[in-house]
Amino acid sequence: MNIVVCIKRVPMTQEVDLEIDGDNKGVNKDLLAYVMNDWDNYAVEEAVLLKEEFGGDVTVITVGSEDDEEILRRAMAMGADRSIRIDPGDRVLDSYVVSRILAEVIKGIEYDLVLTGVQADDDNCGSVGIMLAEHLGLAHAAVVTGVQAEGNRATIRTELEGGIDEVSKIRFPALLSIQTGINEPRYVSVIGIKKAKKKELEVIGLEGLALSEEELSPRTAIEELYLPPETESAVILEGDPSKVADEIIRILTERGVNI
Amino acid sequence: MGEIFVVVEHRQGEVRNITFEMLFKAGELCKSLDHKLTAILFEGKGQSFESEISMWADTVIVFEDERFRDFDADTCKEIINSLIKQHRPFITLIGHTSWGIDLAPALSVKSGYPIATDCVDIMVEGISPKVIRQMYGGKVFCRVSFKESDGYLITVRPGAFIPAEGAADRQADVIRMDIASDPGAPKKDFVEFVDTGAGELDISQAEFLVSIGRGIGEKENIEAIKELADTMGGTLSCSRPIVDMNWLPKYHQVGTSGKSVRPKVYLALGISGAFQHVAGISGAQTVIAVNKDKKAPIFRVSDYGVVDDLFIIADALKEKLKR
Ligand SMILES: Cc1cc2nc3c(=O)[nH]c(=O)nc-3n(C[C@H](O)[C@H](O)[C@H](O)COP(=O)(O)OP(=O)(O)OC[C@H]3O[C@@H](n4cnc5c(N)ncnc54)[C@H](O)[C@@H]3O)c2cc1C
Ligand SMILES: Nc1ncnc2c1ncn2[C@@H]1O[C@H](COP(=O)(O)O)[C@@H](O)[C@H]1O
Repeated sequence: MNIVVCIKRVPMTQEVDLEIDGDNKGVNKDLLAYVMNDWDNYAVEEAVLLKEEFGGDVTVITVGSEDDEEILRRAMAMGADRSIRIDPGDRVLDSYVVSRILAEVIKGIEYDLVLTGVQADDDNCGSVGIMLAEHLGLAHAAVVTGVQAEGNRATIRTELEGGIDEVSKIRFPALLSIQTGINEPRYVSVIGIKKAKKKELEVIGLEGLALSEEELSPRTAIEELYLPPETESAVILEGDPSKVADEIIRILTERGVNI
Repeated sequence: MGEIFVVVEHRQGEVRNITFEMLFKAGELCKSLDHKLTAILFEGKGQSFESEISMWADTVIVFEDERFRDFDADTCKEIINSLIKQHRPFITLIGHTSWGIDLAPALSVKSGYPIATDCVDIMVEGISPKVIRQMYGGKVFCRVSFKESDGYLITVRPGAFIPAEGAADRQADVIRMDIASDPGAPKKDFVEFVDTGAGELDISQAEFLVSIGRGIGEKENIEAIKELADTMGGTLSCSRPIVDMNWLPKYHQVGTSGKSVRPKVYLALGISGAFQHVAGISGAQTVIAVNKDKKAPIFRVSDYGVVDDLFIIADALKEKLKR
């Protein structure tokens, strides 16, 4: 079974005081550490697990800059066989353009399955995967939490709200957007990543792709990024930990919690 | 006069809240723009959701087919696309739900209409809409505009628009339509629904929840918080990553894909406050959040906040309760 996995490198922002850039179109990324998007990490693991069970090969692809190659190497250390980076140069991208570019490259690869993450941790769009499926004319499912392949089809689980999973059958070729928790992504060592340098990493520029100016123009534009208004915030309990603990206990008692 | 489409979502025999939230917002937009509100309803044989929808819309277009009992993204996409071609609606609203994110992005490519996903507000200035959405797990807000088009697709975050009392003041014409051309065999065959949330503990009934997130750092650290919860008479719950990593069973998870809870107090330790998490705590009477990042989105939905390391606060609480 041949599988293509689309992956993205994203900044870790959970514990960072984000600053908006001067032009109000992005955040200041100078001091941020980057990782493979969490959802994509699960998608790569799922592809490698399927390959280990059924054979075939795994190709990982990203649309990004040279710095983003680090996640391709990481994915190859996890077991992907080869990787492709498509360099968008300094073009402004949106979900539509990224999906259009990915489709153009994936078209030329032989595959049974295309995997993406449900969403990227930076833009939280959740749209590139299913747009890509439509460009490629593929059967698709979003928020997948289980894949059991058999021949040219698979029984899959998709996650609905409220702890309900839907079980369904899908025929290959198909695109699945993978949800976190579907598996346990393997640990990769620094040595593993070094060894993966021997695997193929192909770089493609947009010039080589038959995409029109129309197909490369974003359909949405960020007009302004801004930090949420301060007024919406909680009452902050100040003071040393002992005083804060007293306050918390007071609130609990006041709200009728027996402690 | 223009038109706004709302795609109705239902599951297991019930119209979902997101539907009324979208109908409410669409109603407001229609009033200010003098547009017509059309609800699109796909239902299984004998399901008649139109009676619940009709006071929210000017027209309800109903497609009845057994394959719609449990939703079929491909067929819905084809049908909505042909309706879009005929009606050219200014805006089409779809829920940003598991159902909607399997449908809307494909519909955008198919119809050529630009899409913005997971929107929390919609404004119309001049001839095109603008939306507000969030990035970086809710830490940053973002105003997005669209490339000029005949129409636009917007997926709406559940809980973003709360219907006002008395807003359902329309009287719809119900039009039943046949599926025009043969939609072909579905690309995906429904088998069954499975409940993944059941377990030995029901957090939805707990009065006091001590809830942990990725800020707990290591699996080994959970024990200490479990002890704290026990001494305080609280129940342990968690955010999704804790379940994803198999550190706690699924029935502890709070959020859209876990449980909705309604405790007297929800104590969130090391949880950032992504919308899928906080959607599950809207029923909590009081929320206290401990997070070392003062900009964590959880503070925006909390009554009280502590900007500190969760372990320091946990130790201080333990110390007090010993006495
Ligand atoms: C379709 C879908 C469904 C989802 N359903 C759910 C759901 O039901 N429930 C859910 O929770 N999520 C759900 N998610 C995931 C959600 O988007 C977030 O990824 C998740 O809620 C983040 O969990 P977290 O806050 O624990 O982790 P993070 O976002 O990583 O946040 C960790 C927080 O801990 C803080 N921290 C770190 N160390 C410490 C310390 N020592 N002391 C104090 N604070 C510390 C950090 O500042 C940070 O704010 C869903 C996502 C999708 C796409
Ligand atoms: N630049 C990119 N390169 C490759 N894959 C991407 C890129 N951006 C998004 N994706 C894929 O699309 C998924 C959803 O991203 P998004 O729609 O941006 O939330 C991600 O989890 C990736 O699998």
